[in-house]
Amino acid sequence: MKAVCWCGAKKVRVEDVPDPKILDPQDIIVKISVTTICGSDLHLYDGYIATMQRGDILGHEIVGEVVETGADVRKINRGDRVVVSSIIGCGRCWHCRNQEFSLCDNSNPNGWLQEKLFNYASAGIFGYSHMFGGYAGAQAEYIRVPFADVGAFRVPDGMNDEQALACSDAFPTGYMGADLCEIKQGDVVAVWGCGPVGQFAVKSAALLGAHKVIAIDNLPARLRMAANVSGAITLDQNEVDVSDALKSLTGGRGPDACIDAVGLESHGSNFAEHAYDRVKQALMLVNDRVAVVRQMIECCRKGGVLAIMGVYSGLVDKFPLGVAMNKGLRLRMGQMHGQKYIPRLFDHWQKGEVDPAFVFSHRLSLDEAPRAYTMFRDKHDDCLKLALRP
Amino acid sequence: MATAEVKSHDSRWAMMHEAAQGEAQPVNVGPAERFASLLAGGAMALLGLRRGTLGGLTTALVGGSLVYRGATGHCSGYAALGINTARRRSPQAAVGARQGVKVERDITIFREPAALYSFWRNFENLPRVMSHLDSVRCEDPHRSHWIARGPLGRRVEWDAEVINERENELIAWRSLEGSDIDTAGSIHFAPAPGERGTEVKVVLKYDVPAGKAGAAIAWLCGEAPGQQVQEDLRRFKQIMEAGAVPTIEGQPMGRCR
Repeated sequence: MKAVCWCGAKKVRVEDVPDPKILDPQDIIVKISVTTICGSDLHLYDGYIATMQRGDILGHEIVGEVVETGADVRKINRGDRVVVSSIIGCGRCWHCRNQEFSLCDNSNPNGWLQEKLFNYASAGIFGYSHMFGGYAGAQAEYIRVPFADVGAFRVPDGMNDEQALACSDAFPTGYMGADLCEIKQGDVVAVWGCGPVGQFAVKSAALLGAHKVIAIDNLPARLRMAANVSGAITLDQNEVDVSDALKSLTGGRGPDACIDAVGLESHGSNFAEHAYDRVKQALMLVNDRVAVVRQMIECCRKGGVLAIMGVYSGLVDKFPLGVAMNKGLRLRMGQMHGQKYIPRLFDHWQKGEVDPAFVFSHRLSLDEAPRAYTMFRDKHDDCLKLALRP
Repeated sequence: MATAEVKSHDSRWAMMHEAAQGEAQPVNVGPAERFASLLAGGAMALLGLRRGTLGGLTTALVGGSLVYRGATGHCSGYAALGINTARRRSPQAAVGARQGVKVERDITIFREPAALYSFWRNFENLPRVMSHLDSVRCEDPHRSHWIARGPLGRRVEWDAEVINERENELIAWRSLEGSDIDTAGSIHFAPAPGERGTEVKVVLKYDVPAGKAGAAIAWLCGEAPGQQVQEDLRRFKQIMEAGAVPTIEGQPMGRCR
């Protein structure tokens, strides 16, 4: 089959590889109908995530048809059209039973590797480095899905491929960001980053009852989308001082909750700060740039919530912990629990509250993946999210 | 004298902790070896200092550390490797309380103690959990024959007997005389608080095949006993909770040519 392989930093190739096989009775094989590139794939592409190996198949967003099922698969049948959570959960450990699927104790075959780095192992993720299990990814014609009864969901009738694909990773990530904010009546939620996850965080905060949602980015097209689709108030960080603007939009209180939908390659708006972070990252003194988290700590109201959904990989620098402590902030974060949220997202779609396909700006063939990566990374032609068809 | 222990936390922390408490370093080098260290170290120090070059200085430093080792009877290299040539075997137990390598590991498994106990009590299940075991054959309720791959793929066999058991709480065993390996172990099951399943603790003691050199070689080859037991417990948990040990062996991969 064809598959998009990681061949080193900034090198991806479409290669011919063997078809996947059932390796465990709880597995299924899915024939991919559409997949995509996630912002977090760019961290792999740019070489910021350790434990990638040459030849690894990338991608973690899966929609397709079930073509084979293992002997112990009960809920999913051959011929089903499914969307699969990017995070793999066994469904039976204490964390999975408590709906914390991305903290699954059992789904990561390389738990020992992650324990060396993080002291504890978290769940496996498709196509997302060997630290997260080394599972072959979704940018291919076929994929093996382990623990299929837990992670695969039949696509509701009438939902199209792109709407379903958004529910694999980007929508539940944004939705979890809003959920972690525990939004109450009158709450103002600010979202940093208006990429696909940010767009869904903005939309989800509105769906979950935020009084006002403020979207922050430096790309006017993305800000316009947040305003048009989700009714957000927008701040262009190239045009305004974000901290001052947030105060003036909240009667001086600051937003009740702040969501980071940017992650470790963040730019921030302060040139000197950005240069400092870039240099330290290049020298491997820190892993991650944290301009967004610094600004969130500064801007959030006292006692407010920070929900970090952007991806970080390791050490950070100049983290204003004293400010966070004295302001009594609550820090919430994590990889998303897809199996918990996907049914809720279906509900919102069925009620007509959201069309999750709104983030897709470009449609390409899987063969064009190398071009798709640079296009997405460099945001050519206002590229927001690509649908890749094998 | 301290037992050479491989604990669940980084041994560096333990060493720092010991240093913080100002305790004397334990003696872990035998008398004959201490004498040899003193002689060889003294000679190296003298030779090295006389040469006066950078290489000579290195020789002198190595010699000095050997003198220290001989004088104090403590070798930090041995401590890091879990080796102790100063102790003697006790005749009573399979592995004496102060001898051999000791490994202790804990894991919480989201199942009732009874299910875990009955899986483990049938020792013939254990090769599914312990990657180094080839087979276990139960000869009667208390005696069993074990075959494993030791360090560097060496085949190791032993007979074991259950020396203590309390249903759903604990199983303890030790190897019998005439075995390739002197080993004793126990597994303990206790209900975890707040319906979190069962807290499982495994304690293993053994004198490794090929004596202390075996432990050093195994350590160099990445077969550290602590890590091995940790992985065995992880597999036990994965089988009991998820019904499978997750794998990526046999999945497709590109060649990037």
